[in-house]
Amino acid sequence: MQDSLFHSLIDIRESKAGLLGKADLVLERARWATSIFERYDIQTTINIVKAVSDAAFEMAEEFAGKAVEETGFGIKEHKKTKNEMASRYLFNYYVEQDFVNPRVNEEKKIVEIPRPAGVIFALIPSTNPIATVNYKIILALLTRNAIVISPHPAAQSCSYEAVQRLIHAAEKAGAPEGIIQVLQSPTIPMVEAFMTSPKTNVILATGGTPMVRSAYSSSNPAIGVGPGNVPVYVDSTANIKMAAQRIISSKSFDNSVLCTNESVLITVPEAENSLKLALKANKAHICSKEDTDLLRRFLFHPGGFNVEAIGRSATWIANECGIRLPSETKVLIAPISQIGVEEELSKEKLCPVLSYHVANDEKQAFAQARAVLRLSGAGHSAAIHAESEETILNYSAHVEVYRVVVNAPSSQGAAGLETNLAPTFTVGTGYFGRSSIGDNIGPQHLVHWTKVAYNRDEKVVFGNYHEIGKDFPGPLPEAEIEGLRPSSRKQPTKITQNSVESAEIRKEIRRLISEELKDLLGKSNG
Amino acid sequence: MSEAKTEFLERSKKFWNPGKTQDWIDFGVDLVIDRREGYYLYDMDGRRLLDFHLNGGTYNLGHRNPELVEALKAGTQRFDMGNHHFPALARTALAEALKECAPSPNLQYTAYASGGGEAIDIALKTARHATKRKKIISIKKAYHGHTGLAVKAGDDRFSKLFLSEDVNDEFIQVTFNDLTEMEDALKGRDVAAVILETIPATYGFPMPNEGYLTSVKRLCEKYETLYIADEVQTGLMRTGAMWGCMKYGVEPDIMVTGKGIAGGMYPLACVLISERCGGWLKEDGFGHISTGGGAELGCIVSIKTLEIVQRPEVATMVRYIGNFLRTGLDEIRQAYSDFFVEIRQHGVIMGLVFNDVQGAKPVMRHLYENGVWAIFSTLDPSVLQFKPGLLLSQTDAEEVLRRMAIAVELARNEVMGVKRRKL
Repeated sequence: MQDSLFHSLIDIRESKAGLLGKADLVLERARWATSIFERYDIQTTINIVKAVSDAAFEMAEEFAGKAVEETGFGIKEHKKTKNEMASRYLFNYYVEQDFVNPRVNEEKKIVEIPRPAGVIFALIPSTNPIATVNYKIILALLTRNAIVISPHPAAQSCSYEAVQRLIHAAEKAGAPEGIIQVLQSPTIPMVEAFMTSPKTNVILATGGTPMVRSAYSSSNPAIGVGPGNVPVYVDSTANIKMAAQRIISSKSFDNSVLCTNESVLITVPEAENSLKLALKANKAHICSKEDTDLLRRFLFHPGGFNVEAIGRSATWIANECGIRLPSETKVLIAPISQIGVEEELSKEKLCPVLSYHVANDEKQAFAQARAVLRLSGAGHSAAIHAESEETILNYSAHVEVYRVVVNAPSSQGAAGLETNLAPTFTVGTGYFGRSSIGDNIGPQHLVHWTKVAYNRDEKVVFGNYHEIGKDFPGPLPEAEIEGLRPSSRKQPTKITQNSVESAEIRKEIRRLISEELKDLLGKSNG
Repeated sequence: MSEAKTEFLERSKKFWNPGKTQDWIDFGVDLVIDRREGYYLYDMDGRRLLDFHLNGGTYNLGHRNPELVEALKAGTQRFDMGNHHFPALARTALAEALKECAPSPNLQYTAYASGGGEAIDIALKTARHATKRKKIISIKKAYHGHTGLAVKAGDDRFSKLFLSEDVNDEFIQVTFNDLTEMEDALKGRDVAAVILETIPATYGFPMPNEGYLTSVKRLCEKYETLYIADEVQTGLMRTGAMWGCMKYGVEPDIMVTGKGIAGGMYPLACVLISERCGGWLKEDGFGHISTGGGAELGCIVSIKTLEIVQRPEVATMVRYIGNFLRTGLDEIRQAYSDFFVEIRQHGVIMGLVFNDVQGAKPVMRHLYENGVWAIFSTLDPSVLQFKPGLLLSQTDAEEVLRRMAIAVELARNEVMGVKRRKL
């Protein structure tokens, strides 16, 4: 439909009524779709999730390319890995869990009936625009929820197209029409309208701090996560060579756009020399004081982090700063003597720049790690490389985070790629991070259970619930229309083509992202 | 009933319409609609009713749909009714938007009226001008409005009263779904137009037989008669397609839309006219004049209506609402099968048939008592018109079924002479 046909004389699309009208319609369609989806049995549900996960896997590479092209963030090969991880691996991780049938606890005389959240409104970040789409859709479908995806303006085109493909796969496998929806060109006021609508059951907010905070203040239930700023401690007991290798592999993974990437490396004098050598051996460049000054100036502008640097390669950044280094350099190491508000390099850096601090001893190292998290990233992630269990546990109890990755790359590890943590693209930052959940967000967070509890008295016998409650009637029959041949009943679905954005809009979008990211990266208290 | 309402009803009788006011009281429906919002009506005594009458689809998008209200409000900053003699921005914009979604690429022009009856008159006059014939065929029990020509095309229930029935045999009425009768009436090659509601509403939504409408269109072509689709109640997505006739594969020569087109926020009706039929618009563009017809504020609201109903979400909603209510109504029908005998349905157009010539009236009353407002079919009171809105929420759909089951049981017991079960 041509917009000019409807809006040339009077345009109310951006008015409160216009935005709410749109939101309510999309959300009510989703609500209707859930009323059908909750009639699906486990097998049908799993088949749909599998179809979506397969489709996501198939298009992992194609859309990794599209994401890099559109956003300029990250590395295609690594994005492909993430997209794949957020498809088949994620599916396999949860496929055995049943969020559909009632579960029976004989011992406690309790039956539990799963009750899906309903309609999920999901915000997608620009840094992982495909993986997060895959991940949130799979989580929603596993729990028979409807989901409305709001792409990030900077990754709008690739996220939108990816969702369209997944919608196609889901509906082909029998998913109710409208169970997955995507906003074509979300604006901040439109997102607000969706977040505040009483028709939204839960907001899954992954993105900048302002967006997450606004999700929490929407009056709707929200699962929002704060930013990261990961301290990584390399202990004297660590296998230094392996530690260096893992840290570099993590920092260079998708050029550090995962919020689980190491931000500040902290070590002790005993490990310092061998660590530096090992980092160099892994293609890290240790910056001189002058280099570090150049880097600081380039990365941190008076208004906050330089958005241009996000997800760029080490050589690109060095080139911009005028630092000379070997072309195969993967990570820039910036030695810093202070941690805190005075040292901007101790803040989060979504690029392959790693700050490097040598503490006097373990005690001071732990205090510095806590200080890193005080700047931002509370509740998020930390990492440690050590062999001493006592040190590992002590460190973990000190840092105010809900996951500590041990002897593994943090980017991948905290997100569940190289640890046995649940694979996730939404890291719950819990109470430390002003969030409601401290786990890696999974399907279990999108369903509540009605508990049917018997009298504890032994004289009251618990019933047999094992064979019942598993009859799911499936989709409703199509209402019959007399006098119409069945073939003419269904209207072909129109797929609206994504319109090409004008230069003006792109400019506006860049401004919005820049503001959002500045806020995200510039805040000292996430 | 409150004292205030009793007093109000007296005033209504005194100043507005004594007959109508009293009739509703006699029907057991003491409704005085005050506040309204979405699909809810609030009686002046505060009681809430779910609106399943929608005035024939006028309130398709709900009462005071916020987007329509906003469009109207914004419109008043720039427009008023406009000067009907001149080319006008909003009238042309709506005409263009209508052409874009018309059921036939031939429907080129839009002529405007301030209500459905006037629009039907324009359509019939247009057909007469184009064919130079005078006769009009409609169906028995048809209803097309109350103006000069429209009232003659309808059942004489409304024309005789005013001594306005056809006396020159210019208006022929044939049996719906009877092709032989239709062809017989057309054979003389002196008929200007056949006018058909795609699904006759006031007659209780009898469904056209398979192939009926396309055959009528073919007969029209054979005898050089024009086909006028009255889409006032079947248009605007109520069948799941933009216009009901599209579902039946009929491309009309002239199409009339009204009621819901301006969402109940402004009176407006439109006649879509093909190039071939639009001769008078060139010969004498001042041929039909209507000061309020195509009032530009109404056009502004209607453009918004067209935009909303064509959003892809709406078609899905219609399907879900239709399927859900049908499943629930089927269950109720099975439980009271001796009384609730048939469900006529196309999308969110529904007629519920009861086993008594006046059977829909007690159902209406009991629904009213149970917080749902739906009205019987004037020309076949065995049928209850049951019209959910396009944007009906899942919760309200569930709510209406719960109330419907109660009302049908009460009505059945009343009509079938079974003792009322204590509630």
